[in-house]
Amino acid sequence: MKNWLVSHVHVLLFTLRRFFTTPLSSLLNILVIGIALSLPAGMYLMLKSLQSMAEQAVGTPQISIFLSMDASNDEVAHIGKQLKQHASINQLKFVPRDQALEQLKQTTGLTDVIGGLAQNPLPDAYVIYPKISDAQALEALRDEFKKWPKIEYVQLDSAWARKLEAILKFGLLAVLILAVLLSFALIAITFNTIRLQILTQREEIEVSKLIGATNAFIRRPFLYFGLLQGLLGGATAWFIITISLRLLNNSLSELTHLYASSFTLHLPSIGDSSILLLLSAYLGWLGAWLSVAQHLWQIEPR
Amino acid sequence: MIQFSQICKRYPGGYEALKNVSFEIAEGEMIFLTGHSGAGKSTLLKLIAAIERPSSGSIVVKGQNVSSIQSGALPYLRRNLGLIFQDHKILFDRSVFDNVMLPLRICGFDHRESAKRVRAALDKVGLLKREKTSPIALSGGEQQRLCIARAIVNRPSILLADEPTGNLDKDYASDIMGIFKSFHQVGVTLLISSHDESILRQFKGRVLALKNGELCP
Repeated sequence: MKNWLVSHVHVLLFTLRRFFTTPLSSLLNILVIGIALSLPAGMYLMLKSLQSMAEQAVGTPQISIFLSMDASNDEVAHIGKQLKQHASINQLKFVPRDQALEQLKQTTGLTDVIGGLAQNPLPDAYVIYPKISDAQALEALRDEFKKWPKIEYVQLDSAWARKLEAILKFGLLAVLILAVLLSFALIAITFNTIRLQILTQREEIEVSKLIGATNAFIRRPFLYFGLLQGLLGGATAWFIITISLRLLNNSLSELTHLYASSFTLHLPSIGDSSILLLLSAYLGWLGAWLSVAQHLWQIEPR
Repeated sequence: MIQFSQICKRYPGGYEALKNVSFEIAEGEMIFLTGHSGAGKSTLLKLIAAIERPSSGSIVVKGQNVSSIQSGALPYLRRNLGLIFQDHKILFDRSVFDNVMLPLRICGFDHRESAKRVRAALDKVGLLKREKTSPIALSGGEQQRLCIARAIVNRPSILLADEPTGNLDKDYASDIMGIFKSFHQVGVTLLISSHDESILRQFKGRVLALKNGELCP
């Protein structure tokens, strides 16, 4: 058992040394794998961030009711009373037009533009948090309010989020397809690297077979190499993703500030990271295994 | 120890390297295999190590039928054999020491014990001082001795040598034959092929003579 372990450590060290004997090509290989993996993985994470934002929005549906500009204070109060008594409404918030304008000034920084307006263009509004979250019931509710007098426009605030969610589902499928294709590319890269290694080590393989090496023994360093190359490629992809997302978040925070939102892209979690590393290591191993299975039997001592 | 019964070996293309060869070698014997080049000496040695398979007949080595051996059992058969090749088959990408280390690494020996064994084997063939050298810096005779060290480091009970004195001058050749003789004295079974009759005359031992693939009586 101890000898077995020692021999595996030996092979691992041997494999590492092999990386350093051809540093440039090893580095380029790892970089190619890293880039190939970072594309689908990075896009996946970005879509996931958008999706969780959309889910939050869908989770707490909101209906905004904008009143007519000519509605009198009494009429506004009457509508408020009616809404309060409505069975399917959980919570109600009144946003008077002056407050809405003030909010707009503060959050968008458009003070100068708004200051130049002759009169407040915003209507009074009610924001409703309904008890229901079913899409059809919400639409029915919207249509009901629309028929009330002095109501100009009713907006279902989660509608855009639902549309976004549908688009995101489509996007995730596209990323999945990309990931599958690039996984094949990763397998192909490892396959070819190992093929070249087997060719250059033809003599050693032949001699080893002659003095009693089992196939497992001969296969082992190549499998380790594929595994390690995949793992390092995965780690490279992780770094590419993390650095890119951080950079994007920096400039995104400036952008979202303008829109009074705090949306950020999630960095890869520990779970995401370990899946990325495990998958890349496995694909590297698989590429090496296929290559060894394909090429090793061709080398028989004569 | 080694038993050939009615062995024929026909290569693809129809060339018959061995025709109906039968013999037996007892444990601890030192046997010389002679014949002109092309007489089938190399083929005979390759059959014992299952590098080639016979077209017909059976070969038994240490009680194991080699002619029908499973490829999974092959490595374990070869670990019992010390093979010395005509073309040496030394690996030039590593030191003399690491070349001799290879069989022990393959068998999964403990590292410290292995190092001791490697040095003992190198000492036996007189290459201990050159353990760190690259094999490329060795002379022909030294490369041959390196090949012997690699073959014996595993302490095999059977040693097969194909033209071990092939391209060497007389002094080197008798050096190497001396090494073989010392193995014979500790009970190793040896099968040495050579086309050089003058070498054989110096040593007493049974001779198997091959002529055009047939064993001379």
